[in-house]
Amino acid sequence: MKFLCVECDRQMTFEEREVPGDGTLAAVFRCPKCERSMAMLTNPMETQLVSSLGVKVGGETVPGTSFEGIRTGVSSGRDEAFVEAATPIQGPVRWTVDAVERLSHVPSFVRGMVKKIYNEYAKEHGIGEITPAIMDRARSDLGLEDM
Amino acid sequence: MSPKIRTYFDLPESDSTLPDQIAAQDRRVAARLEDVGAVVAIMSGKGGVGKSLVTASLAASLARSGKRVGLIDADLNGPSATGLLGIPPRSLVESGEGIEPAVTPGGVRVMSMALLLEPDTGLAWRDSADAGFVWRGAQERGALREFISDVCWGELDVLLVDLPPGSQRVAELHGLVPNLAGSLAVTIPSGASRDAVARSLDLARARDLPVRGLVENLAGARCDACDRVSPLYDGEAGRELADQFDVPLLAQIPFDRTLARAGDAGALEPWLESGGSVQDQIRALAETVSGWTPAGPEEA
Repeated sequence: MKFLCVECDRQMTFEEREVPGDGTLAAVFRCPKCERSMAMLTNPMETQLVSSLGVKVGGETVPGTSFEGIRTGVSSGRDEAFVEAATPIQGPVRWTVDAVERLSHVPSFVRGMVKKIYNEYAKEHGIGEITPAIMDRARSDLGLEDM
Repeated sequence: MSPKIRTYFDLPESDSTLPDQIAAQDRRVAARLEDVGAVVAIMSGKGGVGKSLVTASLAASLARSGKRVGLIDADLNGPSATGLLGIPPRSLVESGEGIEPAVTPGGVRVMSMALLLEPDTGLAWRDSADAGFVWRGAQERGALREFISDVCWGELDVLLVDLPPGSQRVAELHGLVPNLAGSLAVTIPSGASRDAVARSLDLARARDLPVRGLVENLAGARCDACDRVSPLYDGEAGRELADQFDVPLLAQIPFDRTLARAGDAGALEPWLESGGSVQDQIRALAETVSGWTPAGPEEA
């Protein structure tokens, strides 16, 4: 799927994706010449169809995590199915006590995956410490409202 | 009149296209399998033929002979490999490299949906919309792909994939692993099983899937006392399918009460340590399968 700005005859580029949590998805594309933006809105069926292929509209904004499709798709997963290795998944990003406490409320079936996403976000944005505020920002930026 | 609008193919590709992302998934599968000598699918056109018991016994026997063995339980809706091999529910260790598989005392590395679900809980998918059946196949294919690409299999001689009944998954596996070393079809002697497995083999042949052998399970019942095997079914599906499709019949495994009990108790590995004609057949089957490579069978 590609979007063309007919006025400028330029291919629009992906800008951001939002997942409001109601099963729908919004992907924003912008014309690099006139900067007009447009949002592609998908209904729950269309969103699910793309998700089931393990791909993301607009491409991956953070690297994929292990069993991402299983962990986001399976609703009957065992809570203690995964445990983090003794060696942390990601490098030197620190987590505040509040952020760790908040992460502990994420079901453990997806916790490792969610933690990796936040760590990747922090690395990409040069953030040394993850706080609840950073988690909020990442959720909004990455369209993780349902995590 | 507006100027002609350029078409999809007039515009340059970007690295965010869905085909590119799917290609990247395929590359992750290939990268994970770089250290795997052979991927072997165990298939059947029919449920209830004992395919998972044959697969688990085969894996245990391969490991016992010194091979490095992995087992993917691809029957997502009816996983049984962990029960047969005595692997209790446990937390899987997740590292930056992926998910560590469960490992049996005999060294078989196992990944199964049973490890991810509560005991006695069925696989349920999160549907944010009705008509989940539309994409259920894609989700299950995705789970099979992640069982290959996201698990730290390490160096393996053989990776067995226990497929669910039916023929669709073997085609999907072949799509994910084009250089499949071979597939092993399991039947029971009955005419109904012969017909169902024949349809699967026909489809496999049409898609150039390498079917390398047949196993006839429940080929009679073995007496504990005298080792004599008496018939259970009237049919001879194993031989008939072997003739029809020109595929070797590698084993005819009778019902063996000690094997059934060992499977129920999750004690297949200790069972293989004991001597017996059925154990001998499974050992011979393991020896044959261990010679399968993507390029072709090694000369025995």
